[in-house]
Amino acid sequence: MRRRILLVSAALTACSGCSGWQSALDPQGPAAASLDRLLLGFVLVLGGIWLCVMLVLAAGLWRRAAATPGTARRRSAWAVGGACAATVLVVSGLTLASYLASRAAPLGQDEPLVIRVRGLQWWWEVVYPGADGQDLVTANEIHIPVGRPVRIELSAADVIHSFWVPNLAGKQDMIPGRDNVLTFTAWEAGTYRGQCAEFCGMQHARMAFLIVAESQESFDRWRAAQEAEAAAPAGEEEARGRQVFEQKPCGACHTIRGTEARGTTGPDLTHIASRQYLAAGVLPMTRGALAAWTADPQTIKPGNNMPLVPLTAAELQAVSAWLASLR
Amino acid sequence: MRHRKALDLSALPMNGTGSASLTWWGTLAFMLIEGTGFAVVIGTYLYLVSVAPEWPLRAPLPEWGPGSGVTLLLLLSLVPNMLLSRWAAARDLRKVRLGLLLMACFGTAPLVLRAWEFAAFGVSWDSNAYGSVVWLLLGLHTTHIITDLGETYVLAALMFTRHADNPRRFGDVEDGVLYWNFVVLTWLPIYACLYGIPRL
Amino acid sequence: MNTMPQPDQRDASLEDARLDIMLRQVWDTPRGLWGALATVDHKVIARRYIITAFVFLAFGGVLALLMRWQLARPEGQLLGPDVYNQAFTVHGTSMMFLFAVPVMEAMAVYLVPLMVGTRNIAFPRLNAFSYWMYLVGGILLWGAFIVDLGPDIGWFAYVPLAGPQYGIGKRVDIWAQMITFTEISALAVAVEIVVTVLKQRAPGMSLDRIPLFVWAMLVTSFIVILAMPAVMVASTSLILDRLVGTHFFNPAEGGDVLLWQHLFWFFGHPEVYIIFLPAVGMISAMLPAFVRRPVFGYIPMVLALVGTGILSFGLWVHHMFTTGLPRLGESFFTASSMAIAVPSGIQIFCWLATIWYGRPVYRVPFLFILAFFFTFIIGGMTGVMVASVPLDTQLHDSYFVVAHFHYVLVGGAVFPLLGAVYYWFPKFTGRMMSERIGRWVAGLLFVAFNFTFFPMHLLGLLGMPRRVYTYQTEMAWGGLNLFVSVSAVMLAAGFLLFFLDAIRSARHGEPAGDNPWGAATLEWATSSPPPSYNFARIPLVQSADPLWDAGDELPVTSGLRVDRRELLVTTVGGALPEARESSPRCSLWPLWSAIATTALLMGSIVTPWAVVWGSVPVAIALIGWFWPGGSKEDES
Repeated sequence: MRRRILLVSAALTACSGCSGWQSALDPQGPAAASLDRLLLGFVLVLGGIWLCVMLVLAAGLWRRAAATPGTARRRSAWAVGGACAATVLVVSGLTLASYLASRAAPLGQDEPLVIRVRGLQWWWEVVYPGADGQDLVTANEIHIPVGRPVRIELSAADVIHSFWVPNLAGKQDMIPGRDNVLTFTAWEAGTYRGQCAEFCGMQHARMAFLIVAESQESFDRWRAAQEAEAAAPAGEEEARGRQVFEQKPCGACHTIRGTEARGTTGPDLTHIASRQYLAAGVLPMTRGALAAWTADPQTIKPGNNMPLVPLTAAELQAVSAWLASLR
Repeated sequence: MRHRKALDLSALPMNGTGSASLTWWGTLAFMLIEGTGFAVVIGTYLYLVSVAPEWPLRAPLPEWGPGSGVTLLLLLSLVPNMLLSRWAAARDLRKVRLGLLLMACFGTAPLVLRAWEFAAFGVSWDSNAYGSVVWLLLGLHTTHIITDLGETYVLAALMFTRHADNPRRFGDVEDGVLYWNFVVLTWLPIYACLYGIPRL
Repeated sequence: MNTMPQPDQRDASLEDARLDIMLRQVWDTPRGLWGALATVDHKVIARRYIITAFVFLAFGGVLALLMRWQLARPEGQLLGPDVYNQAFTVHGTSMMFLFAVPVMEAMAVYLVPLMVGTRNIAFPRLNAFSYWMYLVGGILLWGAFIVDLGPDIGWFAYVPLAGPQYGIGKRVDIWAQMITFTEISALAVAVEIVVTVLKQRAPGMSLDRIPLFVWAMLVTSFIVILAMPAVMVASTSLILDRLVGTHFFNPAEGGDVLLWQHLFWFFGHPEVYIIFLPAVGMISAMLPAFVRRPVFGYIPMVLALVGTGILSFGLWVHHMFTTGLPRLGESFFTASSMAIAVPSGIQIFCWLATIWYGRPVYRVPFLFILAFFFTFIIGGMTGVMVASVPLDTQLHDSYFVVAHFHYVLVGGAVFPLLGAVYYWFPKFTGRMMSERIGRWVAGLLFVAFNFTFFPMHLLGLLGMPRRVYTYQTEMAWGGLNLFVSVSAVMLAAGFLLFFLDAIRSARHGEPAGDNPWGAATLEWATSSPPPSYNFARIPLVQSADPLWDAGDELPVTSGLRVDRRELLVTTVGGALPEARESSPRCSLWPLWSAIATTALLMGSIVTPWAVVWGSVPVAIALIGWFWPGGSKEDES
């Protein structure tokens, strides 16, 4: 029973907001907060029941009083019957509570921002539909405005994945041949981590993404920057890097708007350096990380779909310099 | 612990028939397993119907002919099957031999016609999910016909050997009769499903 | 005196010693290799089953330790992702299909015939066949793993990951055929148990006198019969998709990905109760011996078992709450999932009432019962949590679920099972296990189990998903994971101590006597270990606790033949004698049939044509099996 109390107190401390950027115990939006309250309610009720049962068991082991068989049978029957009735009541109550919580889908009065997220082995394609049919395509980092409901339309390209940002909402599966939707709102600016929750193959463990919640102004600025084409090479090395990128088969899989690269099977790299992480949460975004990844993706994330493209040291230098300039 | 003889059972028969026989209950249990299997596959069929935009999927409606022929033959085979059951209960070896030979023929006929029935759906197992589930249902049922037919052949052969002279064999025949009834009866919902649902 | 038995010789006039000699001549398995391969003695087969299952438990435990080593620190380097994915798949598959279900059925194969007072299980040759099939299935899975062909798609093998496009190579096919092997064996045993319980009970053991463990196994067997066909259909469809290009699970051609999940969980959820109900049956069987009174509420207990069995088929969707099914349907499944707490509650309350008015004797099996109460109820409570649709969206596929089902399966099934091993070990071997070591085992397992799995609840709430081979340094999971891993080593030590005690006691334990616990059911009415024929004379049952109510003279029946294997068939309801029935002798045909079936199924991993040519030897073996041999058993 000490352990149960431990969980409750852990849950309570967690609710006060110190348990990190990927935690169901640190809700940062109405959807996650309602689940957190439900969780606390369940833990308290069920923990209490567990404690009662343990106390009855302990008392039963402790006591030595005997009763005549008739009395014992009669009292047992009443006790068992009463306990069963109580179980029915508790279970009905919890069913009702959970039904109400699932019905109260929190939707603000604002028009939700629609984002399409597609799960692939092992990264996330993120699309912001444009008004004029000009979609903004990016990957692995989803920017959202604070306080405005976000409607994520989920799909899967290959196998089943599951979209889970515990600080903001419960998870929802991405299933080939089916479309799912998840709606949530972020209360405060911040960076929340999400991760694929349905086993999806070799690199299921390395399929993370970030949700960056920011003010409407910062979000608009970000979106405008992302909609621009890739920046022209700033220097000679970057120019050479771009040249290498276009000569090598990189463009068969990747798109960099403003260049020849038009591939769609890999993540869009137009503004890759503006993201915080590389390769779906594997490496913090630095020029060194870009170089390491380009040189040998299979050692860093074995089994992923990016082949090793042989490059000389100079080519690697140049490509990483250019990619690091794509902010 | 010492024993006290409290009940003398020496007058009991040496083997039971019908519900007093263990194999009868075993047959029943296996029918329950296979019946559940059929139900699950029919459930799969209905599930696929429910997610499909049209049914059948890119295929013609199944032709009634061969399937209805199979159904008629199967229903017809219930008559000699019932006779066989009666003869086995009467322990009439000569008639049981005749009945088993009859059942071997009545079982083989629908099996032959079944070959045309596969073709009557005009869809291959690998063209789409409709084809897959049709072939699975038909294949599963055909497997049952084949195994029961094999059992009938073996039993018929057995009845012409020295082992025939044994009430146990008549029990085996009765279990075989029971199982054939099962094979025929499970076909009816499958038939309704395969031919009726695409026409709804 | 004539040593050759006369034709149609009966037991009535024989004295005990003479009867024993004659029954041994008829029932004993011949010594030597032939006897070992041809035996149909339910006790010999069950012993093999149990030992094999515990070997697979140990193997699965080694994989668990490797996984815990890998996860002890962030960015662990012990196993790569490929090996890790094989490891958790083989761990789960092995524990579910090669340990939990078979070991429970094996305990029943040993105990049910003894508890209902008969001489062998129904269809003993089928029983032999089922063991061989199970053994091959296990060797297939582990052999594949050792040569780096282990399945890597998780024990529930979701498509499309397991489908033809993404599950490349033969790994998934091996998994799917392993399912076929183990399900054939499980279904066969279920049929045997159903018929044994319905038709072979000792005279007088009417429905209201059946031991609760036997009731539990009867319900379990029916669940097996109704649930396992679904997974057979699922794995067959998967093999067909992979091998001959059908489209059951291919959305591009009208198939559906969720169809797999429906089929799998329609089996997979009842599977939990296939493991759990035998365990509660064991508790009900053991408890009376340690509180010195019958379990309170026989009829509610039986109704709760049946109710659990029925409800278990109405909950499968609660494994699919995050797939986006219609909300109304999900709410229905929330209600039904929570409703199953009621029959479980009834059983727990009845046991509590039993303890309340009893006088507890703290022997090792009772300690495991107490450990069961502590842990299983936590598992039940977290089960109520994951049954709630909204809560499940946070908990599903996280470490919370890993914690939950280990509490249910280890706390709810393995603890009672270990208690049961301590309890029935004297019956199996004639020797007691060590009381002193047993206390250490129970204590160590109890503490280490809770230390290992309780923190996983928290890890799940902190966002750690299941089935990840590593995690980044910047996640806040390192400390808890290290604690869990260290505790896992402690847990393994507890199991090691248990195995050592069992091996030592089998040879050097104290001799037990017929009924060391003073228990009331019929398995304690015969010697330990029981003779090949179980009971020299079939007992006559006159109450629900025959050995407690019989005094020191057991009422028995007489009149069975001693020159052939003969047992008694009774009616389903009142267990009135109906017939003397023969029981088959040893035979190699089950082994040949198993070998032929193995060739067919293994061949079909490579080519579909194996099903066609493979069916010829199978047919030959089956004809050989059923062709009468002209023995006395064939008389009638």
